[in-house]
Amino acid sequence: MSSTLVTTMDSSPEQAQLLTSTDDAGISPWKDAFHRLLRNKIAVCGIVFLIVEVTACIVFPWFSRYSFETQNLEAALSPPSAQYWLGSDALGRDLLVRILYGGRISLMVGVLATFVTVLVGVVYGAVSGFLGGRTDNVMMRVVDALYALPFVFLVIILMVFFGRNIFLLFIALGLTQWLTMARIVRGQVISLKQKEFIEAAHSMGISNTAIVFRHLIPNSLGPVIVYLTLTIPEVILQEAFLSFLGLGVQAPMASWGTLIASGVGSMEVAPWLLIFPALVLSLTLFSLNFLGDGLRDALDPKGAKD
Amino acid sequence: MGLRYLFGRVSIMLPVFIGVITVIFFMIRFAPGGPFDKEKIVPPEIMESLNAQYHLDQPLWKQYLIYLADLSRFDLGPSFKHANRTVNELIAEAFPVSLELGLWSLGWALLIGVLAGAMAALKPNSWLDYLPMSFSVLGICLPTFVIGPLLVLIFGLWMGVLPVAGWDSWQDRVLPSLTLGFAYAAFISRLMRGGLMEIRTQDFIRTARAKGLSEVQILFKHSLRGGILPVVSFLGPALAGLLTGALVTETIFNIPGLGRFFIESALNRDYTVVMGTSLLYFSILFVCNFVVDVLYVFLDPRVRYE
Repeated sequence: MSSTLVTTMDSSPEQAQLLTSTDDAGISPWKDAFHRLLRNKIAVCGIVFLIVEVTACIVFPWFSRYSFETQNLEAALSPPSAQYWLGSDALGRDLLVRILYGGRISLMVGVLATFVTVLVGVVYGAVSGFLGGRTDNVMMRVVDALYALPFVFLVIILMVFFGRNIFLLFIALGLTQWLTMARIVRGQVISLKQKEFIEAAHSMGISNTAIVFRHLIPNSLGPVIVYLTLTIPEVILQEAFLSFLGLGVQAPMASWGTLIASGVGSMEVAPWLLIFPALVLSLTLFSLNFLGDGLRDALDPKGAKD
Repeated sequence: MGLRYLFGRVSIMLPVFIGVITVIFFMIRFAPGGPFDKEKIVPPEIMESLNAQYHLDQPLWKQYLIYLADLSRFDLGPSFKHANRTVNELIAEAFPVSLELGLWSLGWALLIGVLAGAMAALKPNSWLDYLPMSFSVLGICLPTFVIGPLLVLIFGLWMGVLPVAGWDSWQDRVLPSLTLGFAYAAFISRLMRGGLMEIRTQDFIRTARAKGLSEVQILFKHSLRGGILPVVSFLGPALAGLLTGALVTETIFNIPGLGRFFIESALNRDYTVVMGTSLLYFSILFVCNFVVDVLYVFLDPRVRYE
């Protein structure tokens, strides 16, 4: 109760105005959260960076003079210049294009693997929370037990023995991250299913499946979105980690992990090959983490303290 | 009552452990390719005797039972790739190296983390607070494979004060353990600060202040024991991170430890070594999480596991 008070007192003049000026329409909680997010400067910086980066990754390689594999051995290892903005690598390939091209793969793996996480985690958590009782107990014990496993080792074994296939990669990475998602959704569902609107749905004879998918899951989306934003950097990091060890994306494809790995190999003569990919990866991780924190504060002003 | 909780924990661990063994065992065996694939073409008789020596001619379920029986005697079997060496011998060589690296890193992490966190909590919202906390954001977001090469670049190549690879003298220990410990130092400093901030508003701290103790005395005599609790509970998960981080660190710095060994054997399809090292990793994790839970009861008399 007191924390709600604090939030209202905290709100800046423009939000107070927003609250009074729209009394005829009312503002949806989503819109409200969006305005709160826009007031968080560091989260906005993250959003802007991510938009610029994603656009560049998609668009720039089409217009560049170089493709990610155009070699020019005469210009090998040239430092950043007008010709090669971020320098070139040992085979004379343009680093900027390679970073952006690698970004496509890293970001794609991040998003797709997170999608797997959401799919598995949300369904598992919702079912467990909705059924409750003994089933819930067993399902959560399984999650507890899996929490104790260092999944990286399993993923490495999987990648090595079943070929370094990029689809296998994001399924494997997704499957390692769903546990927390399942816990979050379960908690949400348990608190929601006591509410009157669920009781009303039951009394109207709506099937359990429909209640879970039409009412419970959509109403627990807030925390899911927050955790999703925080899972993407986690997965990107894992992919980079595997690729760095040579166990992820294979040449001629590149991801930030492989670029950093090859940058380490030539850092004595060409430090830019290490510094730029590392910088881009770090900025992406920063941005996604700040965006996730911002979303958490915006969507859940009462729980912001946890 | 505590005993019952501990017993419950152990009885969950055992099936999980056997499950892990089973999954890895069959995952490896069902994967395409075998350990003798890359060898020059050998006469069929030799191939047969090789297969017989490693029980590869037996049906799969029999191989599995043989493995389990050996494992119950702590015998991890012979290596497929290193002629005439057992997995136990190989691990006995590599494990002490990794252990040393881990202890050094944990030492750095605790030393830097606890000091930085205590410093930040001593005078919140001053530069004493902001400086270490901004560093900790860096440490949390930057992955090991970025920090490591950057440290090598700065201290090894540009300043030339520390060796860049190897594992002989004490100087060799500095960069790898800093690399591995940095992220944990960052996490620990945040947890430490959080723990101390929560405690400083409590009555017994006010009493201590009223007695005329200095802030530093209060910190070391009264708040540290309670404030360090979040750090202790973090040590379990931290260990998992240290183990996986060691994979990268040992690769970057060319350290003959278990992590590099694990990756090498995975790439070589050395079945028994991969199994042995993963199982060792899993058991270390189980044991350490367990120890942390027990430790928690001793540090915080309010915690009682039912």
